[in-house]
Amino acid sequence: MMPVLSVRGLKVSIRTDEGMAEILDDVGLELERGRILGVVGESGCGKSTLIRAIMGILPRGATIDRGEVWFEGENLLAFSEAELNDQVRSSRIGFIPQDPLLALNPVFKVGTQMLEVMRWHAPDAKDPTGPRGGARRKAHVARLVGLLRRMQVPDPETALERYPHQFSGGQRQRLLIAAALACAPGLVIADEPTTALDVTTQHQILLLLRELVAEFGISLMFVTHDFGVVAELCDDLCVIYAGQTVEKGPVQAILEAPSHPYTRALLACHPDRATTFLGIPGSVPSPLARPPGCLFAPRCTDARTLCLAGRPPQGLAPSGAEVRCVQFA
Amino acid sequence: MLRFVLRRCILVLPSLFGLLLVTFLLIRVVPSDPAMALAGDAATPEQIERLRQQYGLDRPIWEQFAVYVGKVATLDLGESAFSRRPVAVDIAQRLPATLALTFCALAISVFVGVPLGVIAGLTHNAWPDYLLRVFSVLGIAVAAFWFAIMLQLLFSMELGWLPLRGELSPTMQRPPRVTGFMVVDALIAGRFDVFTDALRHLVLPAVTLSLGGLATIVRFTRAGVLDTLQQDFVFYERAMGYRRRRLVWIYVLRNSVTATVTQIGLLFGGLIAGGVVVEAIFDWPGIGSYTVQAILTGDRQVMLAVTLLVGTVYAVVNILIDLVHGLLDPRLMERA
Repeated sequence: MMPVLSVRGLKVSIRTDEGMAEILDDVGLELERGRILGVVGESGCGKSTLIRAIMGILPRGATIDRGEVWFEGENLLAFSEAELNDQVRSSRIGFIPQDPLLALNPVFKVGTQMLEVMRWHAPDAKDPTGPRGGARRKAHVARLVGLLRRMQVPDPETALERYPHQFSGGQRQRLLIAAALACAPGLVIADEPTTALDVTTQHQILLLLRELVAEFGISLMFVTHDFGVVAELCDDLCVIYAGQTVEKGPVQAILEAPSHPYTRALLACHPDRATTFLGIPGSVPSPLARPPGCLFAPRCTDARTLCLAGRPPQGLAPSGAEVRCVQFA
Repeated sequence: MLRFVLRRCILVLPSLFGLLLVTFLLIRVVPSDPAMALAGDAATPEQIERLRQQYGLDRPIWEQFAVYVGKVATLDLGESAFSRRPVAVDIAQRLPATLALTFCALAISVFVGVPLGVIAGLTHNAWPDYLLRVFSVLGIAVAAFWFAIMLQLLFSMELGWLPLRGELSPTMQRPPRVTGFMVVDALIAGRFDVFTDALRHLVLPAVTLSLGGLATIVRFTRAGVLDTLQQDFVFYERAMGYRRRRLVWIYVLRNSVTATVTQIGLLFGGLIAGGVVVEAIFDWPGIGSYTVQAILTGDRQVMLAVTLLVGTVYAVVNILIDLVHGLLDPRLMERA
């Protein structure tokens, strides 16, 4: 079956004062329909840029040098800004942001913001026979209230009339999940949506997301730095290091037998598994000066001369995962 | 909300009292004998002495101040030594002209300045932004009297598009006074020729007066927009597919104008001070030219009254500004 979302060989660089920064070097991933894909990496590995590239909202000075983003059979990189707005954002790809406090506009009512999105992107926006004007708005309010109730937001009827600062962090995240689903998209991209929440709330939100994927028939791309979250939520996994996909495959297989040295190191320093607090020595190479050869080689305990020769190709590990390491080439 | 306004109004009173005290003392420092000024050049020493007693000028200064404050509290602002009319009457006569001018200047500053500021913010470090930055530095640096004369030379003397000075052409008959606002009174009288004439007379002084505020508003709006564009919610709104125009002019703008609104309150000081110069240049029959006249003739009652009036306007405007802040940002209203 064709994946809902497929990113191939994506390379993105940004012009900075110090030169060209290669934020993404070679990212590839596939998200199958109805599944949850976890995208994992340290801060600065290019997760945010990947999301921005898929949504077509790259910062000024950024260029896509290479690669494709296929979504439901169409290459999104060929879409203009207007086409993305008209045909993709909200209506077909929902977005759940990282920080629920900062993502909502502080001076507008929650309902105003959610209805603004539905006004342009709800499924009835392109239906000439559907209700118009006040009746349409009423239908939107009804759908939002229903969604908020499903998200277990207290007082869903009055919630739309309140301002973002009148909700708690967990409630705000529920509002944003409702907003992402409001226009019935097929794909939802979530950018570390639980990072800003406490552990209990985080767990509740993950459970909710898990249920919603089946209930609303969506596919979910979940970006995080937390392997614990991945283990709890995801079906598939894509590990990114310094702008490259280094390992991807089913979560179960990778967690049981991580193949890439970076994945192994990441897992080893997760608080649930770690025996020491050492972490991974060294740091991610600067995007301004990527070393030749394997990008992880300077920090890798298994590095050998071959690793410095050139970028390692993708290979298949015994676990079934695709791995970018000379050991599996 | 009502309590908020009331509290602010009460807090204003001590400020106005202080303003009055300082002005009262400052005017006394000026080496001129008010009784002598009142009596005129031909007065005998006996006449001067009588006037001094009549106006209580022989009393200790604190007593004079107490009497003055008592009168002000009953809205008695004294009598102008120059026009021999109650100051309150003179002010009521001239205030509409100044208000009309100030209002038009402020409207130009806001309705031109805010959009230009947004454009500058959106085109950060591209040519429209550079152009507007040069413009706003010039707008603040250029002296109003020089700018006024340049406008007069170009639009009145050279092109003849707009009248040189005054509130109304000498050939026009003044409409009956209803509100005191020439433009409004002309409409009430149904005289559209007077209305257009009055409007044409407003253009040059209003543009001159608006320049400094316009430049300030462009700068502050630009800074506000640049700041807002960095916020996470702008990225979120783009990702959710907000229409670009609505995103900028509704959702970004409302978050960006907090500092601009504060500036509008502070600008009022500049508008009133600038009004004195502009009214003098354009021969505008408002409070500004009244003040210049009072200073030149040493008319103490008028100077005191005008200072108090300006202080009150400034205070009231800033209370309104606080209210606007509350309307723009619901979080402020809850804290108040």
